Amino acid sequence: MSKATEAPTSLKLFNWGFITVWLIVAAFPFMWTLWGSFKVELDFFSIADWTNALTGERTQAVYGSPFTGAGYYGAWVQEGFGSAVINTFIVCFFVVLTSLTIGTLGGYALSRSGFRYTFWLLIIALIFRAMPPITLVSGYLLPFFEWNLWGILPTSIIVLVAINQPFTLWMLHSFFQKIPKDLDESAKVDGCTQFQAFRFVIIPVMWPGVITTGLFSFLLAYNDFAVTAMLLNQENQTMVPKIASFLGTTQTEGNVMFAVAAVVSATVPLFILVMFFQRQIVSGLTAGAVKG
Amino acid sequence: MKHKTFFWFFLPTALAMLLFIAFPIVSVVVQSVFTPHEAVFKSVENSGPFGTTTETIIDQEAMAILKDERPLGQFAGLSIYLDRGHLAVSEVGDAWRSNETMSGFLSELRNLPFYRAMAFTLTYTFTVTPLLIILGFAIAVGVNSLHRHLKGLVIFFSLLPMIVTPLIGSLILFWMIDSRGILGTFLQYLANDPDLSLKASTGLTWIMLIVYGIWSSAPFAFVVFYAGLQTLPKDTLESAMIDGATRWQQIRYVVIPHLMPLVTFVALIQLMDNFRVFEPIVGFKAEAHATSLSWIIFNDLGGETQLLSSAAATSVLTIICVSILLAPVLVRTWRDFTAKT
Repeated sequence: MSKATEAPTSLKLFNWGFITVWLIVAAFPFMWTLWGSFKVELDFFSIADWTNALTGERTQAVYGSPFTGAGYYGAWVQEGFGSAVINTFIVCFFVVLTSLTIGTLGGYALSRSGFRYTFWLLIIALIFRAMPPITLVSGYLLPFFEWNLWGILPTSIIVLVAINQPFTLWMLHSFFQKIPKDLDESAKVDGCTQFQAFRFVIIPVMWPGVITTGLFSFLLAYNDFAVTAMLLNQENQTMVPKIASFLGTTQTEGNVMFAVAAVVSATVPLFILVMFFQRQIVSGLTAGAVKG
Repeated sequence: MKHKTFFWFFLPTALAMLLFIAFPIVSVVVQSVFTPHEAVFKSVENSGPFGTTTETIIDQEAMAILKDERPLGQFAGLSIYLDRGHLAVSEVGDAWRSNETMSGFLSELRNLPFYRAMAFTLTYTFTVTPLLIILGFAIAVGVNSLHRHLKGLVIFFSLLPMIVTPLIGSLILFWMIDSRGILGTFLQYLANDPDLSLKASTGLTWIMLIVYGIWSSAPFAFVVFYAGLQTLPKDTLESAMIDGATRWQQIRYVVIPHLMPLVTFVALIQLMDNFRVFEPIVGFKAEAHATSLSWIIFNDLGGETQLLSSAAATSVLTIICVSILLAPVLVRTWRDFTAKT
């Protein structure tokens, strides 16, 4: 930056202060909960002195060390949080796989067909995207009970795939539009069918867009509460509804720390995800926006 | 692309959306105008060791026949929409007639579940959205002037509140804000009131939820605006500077107009998304003081006896509200499309 555009020191300081405050607001709650998850409840919720949560005085008294894995033991071993984790990853894996497979086909078709109906299909997708999932859930329950589909993982997976489709279509459509049409047109001139052109010309170059879209599909499936809480039975529960059910059962037994440990465990994969895919997430968020 | 090829490419995704989005919407509308059959009772005489007693039990056979004939239940017309749990037309009418003042009418309205939820949902949507845009913009401008090595780190931490599961995010804040948690204790110290509890007062609960809403959605606005700032026209900014524009004037007259389309985009998306507010109410256990339309549906569906018709009616009303919010988005997309072709 040139000398002329350099900010005066006071403004710089103000800016630094503001960003620091925002960073604390954004990150401190996670650090605090991570730290507190290794304490006993009387330290995490400290009536006597808030510094107990830092030093772990009660934890020291009970376990002989300021840190304890008791909350994690309770959540994972006693309450079987592990099976919820496995369910979550099964759901996420198949949701991402299926919605990307059918989404790329649909998104590619939308970006390559010049007819007017593609616009209307996109508009319909936009309307579907706006529907709160919970309003759809009340439409699922009756038929799913009737056909005995309620409670199992495949049902939730297919529902999440469908709810995910409008967003996936919009995103992939805009990615495919950035891939020059000449690429697959020339393949077709050389005698490829449309599908062959897609298979041999488009698939090799589409991965950046597909990975970004996949990340958002994963986040949607991972973060969902409304669908999985209503459509899965007790044994098949995924992490988020499991944590919600902890609140009902464990609070009374005084085991809030189970829920705290479970919450921290469920946040870790998201941390790792953001760490590795920050660039893709940012580009995905801005994909629809910056073009106007 | 030929129509036929297009059809085969688009078929899987179209089927998924048709079966699990379009049909459920129809099914919700249908459910909302039917009520479950009323139980058919019959009297049975029980001869036991203590004499004969007459008992009234539900006639399962007759119920089964009724269900077979009309599987959807009894046709109820719009009565579910008009009952006390939803639009409460007669209660609203009574309240309107019996109250001289507007505030009396409004306070009576607040006792009806639908209007109570509507009041919170609308307040939440229309306070969170502008505030998160302002905060997101401020962060974007701030981060943009940082050294480029720091930017990545700041963006990483800024993304966390948005990426994290809404229920988990609200629980994390809820535990901190608890009267025994660190923020709760701090607020008690600030207010000099050891009994202060955010959970006990309606106003403070609303503020708590709104703060959560801003915290969790500001990163989205930040990222979008930050990307917009990267495309800022350098020459316009420079000529503004040469003309003697102050730093504030540069932001006011160059940066903000440049970002305006993005502001509209973020506002429209966030209005729709904030209208769904639901997980924070569960996470903060705020239902005693604040409910939303989505929460009512969840509550109806999750209870011991699933109130499917009632949930369906609320769902339809929610869909209507979302459509109203959606209208400007559609108009905008239409205008973009016609401008392009």
